[in-house]
Amino acid sequence: MMNTNLPVRDRTADLRTGDMNPPTRREFIKRLGAGLMVYVVLGPSLGAAVSEGTQSTAGEPKTPTDFNAFLSIGEDGRVTCFTGKIEMGQGPVTSLPQMLAEELDVPLDRVDIVMGDTELCPFDSGTWGSLTTRSFGPLMCAAVAEARGVLIELAAEALKVPASQLITRDGFVVDSKDPSRSVAYGNLTKGKRIARRLGVTPDLKKPSQFKIVGRPQLRRDSREKVTGKARYAGDLRLPGMLYAHILRVPAHGASILRVDTAAARAIEGIVVVEQPDLVAVLHALPDVAEDALDKVHAEFRPSPSKLDDQNIYDHLAGVQEAVHVVTQAGNLEQGKAQVVRSLDATYLNAYVAHAAMETHAALAHVEGKKATVWASTQNPFGARDEIAGALGLPATSVRVITPYVGGGFGGKSFNRQAVEAARLSKATGRPVMVMWTREEEFFNDTFRPAAVVNVKSGLDKDGHIALWDYEVRFAGDRGSDLFYNVPNHRISAVGNFYGPEGIHPFAVGAWRAPGCNTNAFARESHLSGLAELAGVDPIEFRLRHLNNPRIKRVLEAAAKKWDWTPAVGRSGRGFGVACGFDAGSCVAAIAEVTVNPKDGKIVVKRVLCVQEMGLVINPAGATTQIEGGITMGLGYALAEQIHFKAGALVDTNFDSYELPRFSWVPKIETMILNAEDSPPQGGGEPGIIIMGAVLANAVYDATGARLLELPMTPERVKKALAGVAT
Amino acid sequence: MQKTISFRLNGQPVKVQADPDRTLLWFLRTDLAVTGTKYGCGISECGACTVLIDHRAVRSCTTAVGAVEGHDVVTIEGLAKDGELHPLQKAFMAHDALQCGFCTPGMILTAYSLLHKNPNPSREEVITGMDKNLCRCGAHVRIVEAILEAAAAMRSVSK
Repeated sequence: MMNTNLPVRDRTADLRTGDMNPPTRREFIKRLGAGLMVYVVLGPSLGAAVSEGTQSTAGEPKTPTDFNAFLSIGEDGRVTCFTGKIEMGQGPVTSLPQMLAEELDVPLDRVDIVMGDTELCPFDSGTWGSLTTRSFGPLMCAAVAEARGVLIELAAEALKVPASQLITRDGFVVDSKDPSRSVAYGNLTKGKRIARRLGVTPDLKKPSQFKIVGRPQLRRDSREKVTGKARYAGDLRLPGMLYAHILRVPAHGASILRVDTAAARAIEGIVVVEQPDLVAVLHALPDVAEDALDKVHAEFRPSPSKLDDQNIYDHLAGVQEAVHVVTQAGNLEQGKAQVVRSLDATYLNAYVAHAAMETHAALAHVEGKKATVWASTQNPFGARDEIAGALGLPATSVRVITPYVGGGFGGKSFNRQAVEAARLSKATGRPVMVMWTREEEFFNDTFRPAAVVNVKSGLDKDGHIALWDYEVRFAGDRGSDLFYNVPNHRISAVGNFYGPEGIHPFAVGAWRAPGCNTNAFARESHLSGLAELAGVDPIEFRLRHLNNPRIKRVLEAAAKKWDWTPAVGRSGRGFGVACGFDAGSCVAAIAEVTVNPKDGKIVVKRVLCVQEMGLVINPAGATTQIEGGITMGLGYALAEQIHFKAGALVDTNFDSYELPRFSWVPKIETMILNAEDSPPQGGGEPGIIIMGAVLANAVYDATGARLLELPMTPERVKKALAGVAT
Repeated sequence: MQKTISFRLNGQPVKVQADPDRTLLWFLRTDLAVTGTKYGCGISECGACTVLIDHRAVRSCTTAVGAVEGHDVVTIEGLAKDGELHPLQKAFMAHDALQCGFCTPGMILTAYSLLHKNPNPSREEVITGMDKNLCRCGAHVRIVEAILEAAAAMRSVSK
């Protein structure tokens, strides 16, 4: 039974729907009606979690020194949760209040949430790495449990009963011996201002006590989103604001030689900003500003880059960079000596765009020594620091507010558009909106890197994997670990998903489960290849090499749900299998495809995805994340690829860069295995990591053609089919 | 060149002075402050900017303001009547048929247009009808379910 959607009618809604006079921290606390606030000193526990998702934008993760409220309980009994995390579709707007309501024993519809406001929310290192639930969640729950303890103390005084005799229920503290005696949270905090710092970690509820966590809950923001009320950065307005369009170089590595803005300046109402590294035309109407940019004449020094989408893999395979051994075990020479049948392969995948439907946008208002910036960002505190640096202001003088974000996927980790807006606001003395065009969005994207993976492996006389020598070049080592039991193995990595600088012709960065998509494609494609070489069914072959009970469990559950009939080698059924770990969760998938030999087109008929992700806060939200991962994964597996030459992009819009469409989407089945006694793990990323391999394996099973390069475009499929002996 | 342009927007008459060659998308978003209509690509490829003109889905990023003279324009803000959500809006909510929500206004209005022409579409017809609207979060399977449910709800009301 799905709980009905709760309309968000709360004191914080205006923050999300575009309050252009945002209250200061002091004013906002006043508005909440004093009551109880629980602060927490952010210690190493958050710092440790910072580095996993992506690189920090400013070097080492910062340990904040101020105290930050995690929640407040108002006199009216409403509870407000504060988080530096942001809502970009992945669902914390629903799941975090669920966690809070559960731990505090209040009805969910009494919980409000303030997200991504650097003035009101505790420091946060960024919304990525599927860390919101598994890293921020426990911190918040600890703060909430502390608050509940305070409420019980207050109630003990008010009701004159020992605290040990009191329980909490539905926003009341109740005398367990005489339930007629109770007091509402709001009454306990009325007229008081109580601040608590979180001390020792309090006892948290056990899953068996849960009433809200673990129950499917529809999104809390959907009413705003289906009525057009939800505000994104580009929707915001301030009196006197200007819309900016910025001159871009035509290619990465190109530079501006000369600019002539005279013709643009002649247009009525146009304001021009010309700085050495920032040339922009601004107008009160965005379309007039855009047209005026066409009137700016510029000459450019061309890009020196010789790279293109044809020669890029030779470059990446050959470039000399330090090799970093991720893990190593046993003895590779010994492994080689045991090999009786070897299988070596090189796997490739292309640059892929984030292509969130909302382009980067920011509205900045710089007034003297103070800046307020509304930005579409996954990293409001990072944006604050970037802006402060660019304006020469202390971070405390910059406030970043994050409205709803129209998709991120890692692409909104950096905040160039917010810095541009802030600089232009400073230069013009007026509020300035920067909203990138789709072409700018492609051009300025930090793509998922093109990458090369070399695997050398082989089977011993008993059909076990005796050797696994794996080198991932430039995808990153996340997800490269070998969870199969191979005594002699080495995993090495060259570069990472963000570089190093100078390797790629343009910026690269974190893309939903950075590294993992590439590594899962290579590892799981290779595993199915080895299974065939061993003459063993691919699921059976994997199980024989698995000790980890969690991954075995998802794989076995997938096989059972699919009603898998074992088959050796190419079965002709078009079935593929793949599994993996990411963000603390484990995932297994089985897919069915058909391949049209005439045009090389792959049709994905069915995908089953089984996930174990520890305690699930909101099963409904987790399911949509898995479905979203599968659907988005169709893109990098089948079609998405940035074409480029000499620093210039060939694909700059959706006319040539293809995103997954309705007609591509298979029947999707998902299953989340119960693991409620384990801590919650990440759910935004695992579902996507297996899509390359599960489809490549299915294509092989259907046709006998082994695709070693993603995306598996019709041309590549036809070429691979031509190489198959019939 | 400024010109007087008259049309209906979300049921209300609008009379404005504007350059008829300006883009409807930016005119709605900026001059009329109706921001539920989103910019996604600017070249009619994604559908985020979809509005209804006389019940028909049109991409406002490639439509001139002058083209709506005398017509009935509905944006996502105008779909609910007196606070009562349209069956499509209700169905999108009931199915969690959105994530980031940025494509949602265009999805709902495209579906509206589809159901206006064909009140009883098959699943395949829904998929074909929606195929030119892009969603990056991957809410597709739920959007299809929501549209089919809304279609059924609308048929049962009109009977």
